[in-house]
Amino acid sequence: MEAIIEPVATFFGGAWPLVWSLLKIIGIIAPLFLCVAYLTLAERKVIGYMQVRIGPNRVGPRGLLQPIADGVKLLLKEIIVPSGANKGLFIVGPVLALGPALAAWAVVPFSDGWVIGNVDAGLLFLLAVTSIEVYGVIIAGWASNSKYAFLGGVRAAAQMVSYEIAMGFALVCVLMISSSLNLSDIVAAQGKGQGADLGLGFLSWNWLPLFPMFIVYLISGIAETNRAPFDVVEGESEIVAGHMVEYSGMAFALFFLGEYANMILVSALTSILFLGGWLSPVSFLPDSFIWLAIKIAFILFLFLWFRATFPRFRYDHIMRLGWKVFIPLTLFWVVVVAVWIMSPLSLWK
Amino acid sequence: MDFQSVVFYFFSTVMVLASLRVITARNPVHAALFLVLAFFSAGGIWMLLHAEFLAIALVMVYVGAVMVLFLFVVMMLDINLERIRQGFWSYLPVGALIGVLMVIEMVMVLGGRYFGLDAMPKPAEVEQGYSNTKELGRLLYTEYVYPFELASIVLLVAMVAAVALTLRKRKNVKIIDPAVQVAVKRDDRVRIVSMRAEKE
Repeated sequence: MEAIIEPVATFFGGAWPLVWSLLKIIGIIAPLFLCVAYLTLAERKVIGYMQVRIGPNRVGPRGLLQPIADGVKLLLKEIIVPSGANKGLFIVGPVLALGPALAAWAVVPFSDGWVIGNVDAGLLFLLAVTSIEVYGVIIAGWASNSKYAFLGGVRAAAQMVSYEIAMGFALVCVLMISSSLNLSDIVAAQGKGQGADLGLGFLSWNWLPLFPMFIVYLISGIAETNRAPFDVVEGESEIVAGHMVEYSGMAFALFFLGEYANMILVSALTSILFLGGWLSPVSFLPDSFIWLAIKIAFILFLFLWFRATFPRFRYDHIMRLGWKVFIPLTLFWVVVVAVWIMSPLSLWK
Repeated sequence: MDFQSVVFYFFSTVMVLASLRVITARNPVHAALFLVLAFFSAGGIWMLLHAEFLAIALVMVYVGAVMVLFLFVVMMLDINLERIRQGFWSYLPVGALIGVLMVIEMVMVLGGRYFGLDAMPKPAEVEQGYSNTKELGRLLYTEYVYPFELASIVLLVAMVAAVALTLRKRKNVKIIDPAVQVAVKRDDRVRIVSMRAEKE
């Protein structure tokens, strides 16, 4: 590896750190977009089989080229800017919806040392970046100059802001027991414990001692990405497509990409924070990136499974669950974990 | 000029221009969004000072929460520039007075003997493995724990007061307790009656 990089590095000279970072970014974004494309196909296939139908099977062998066909179709469509829309912000909206979903990957570790920015405050950075996502929705809703888009935007923003709090408190529990904000350290901390000593690593991952927080984080993650059963944002039966109703072509596709990139991000974070990241569940198999991929795929499957299973929540129930159930529960659990750490029964010495 | 200065001047320029646009933009929504940009640039400058916790907290709290609520309110407004312009000249003396006072205060603080470049020592070079977040947490929860807790109590009181002020009981709401709703049995809703078939 060094032998290949060395001559290239000397060729670029002083600009090499910049080029190297760019290469790393492309190395993450390109596979990510491929995953997003095939996640849409997987979603249609999985839900199809759950509803005893076949799903897309016309474009390419077994429908495998369907996402490409969809992408080309969206690229070739005209972007219509509604009259009276705020043109600049109308374009900025979808960009802001996708941008944070990609920027957050800067601190996500894929394996030991495989991370673009191994920063100390990685978890804080993630919280900050994901809290910006809501701007894409609000701006798109307002700039469209349409009642439906605006109502959809307000609804979506209220929902995202509410569940962010519960998510934040769940993360506070995680960083209390791992006493670090660095995502790589959080994963490393899950590799130690009584379960790991027995050779059953998966028992010392955070999901077991923090089981209620794991569930809260998973559900809040679904609500945060506006996926079913929390998809009142684009609920077809009541508000058409919410904040995206005026968007067409590639501008709509950006929202779509953002939503799926966010799903993958939330799954990756759940795997890293609660399911031990790249750690192997049993000690006789080596730790590797493959474990992280399996965990992410499993949680993405849960997303699709929930969509096929649960009916849509009513909006007041969504708010009630966020504010009156999750926030008190997480607040209480923060105190419980704090007492637990200081007690002789602590698992994290 | 080294790389850090370039970054510093970039952030400062963006921040000053964005702040100017906050007060000159005609559309309140644009003004709010420029304020977001100014917060971002301020976060960038703090990051340059190795204050990563403060920088990220600024983005998280102000950009992620406060400005979202600001935008909510501003977007609901009926933007009528004529009405907003009204009374500009009557407010000008008060505004100008406050502005001048602030400038004098800033000159006194920044130009005085206490904060001059010769009075304040250069911050110590950070060593490897220094975590601003950890240092801040340690100081906040040991040395400044009482002020910190006092501040939290004040915030809590403000929060309770805000909720109490907006809380009003409405009589005609048709709210349903979800627990009751979930616990419903078939027999509560459906009654099966036997009746003879009706023939024409």
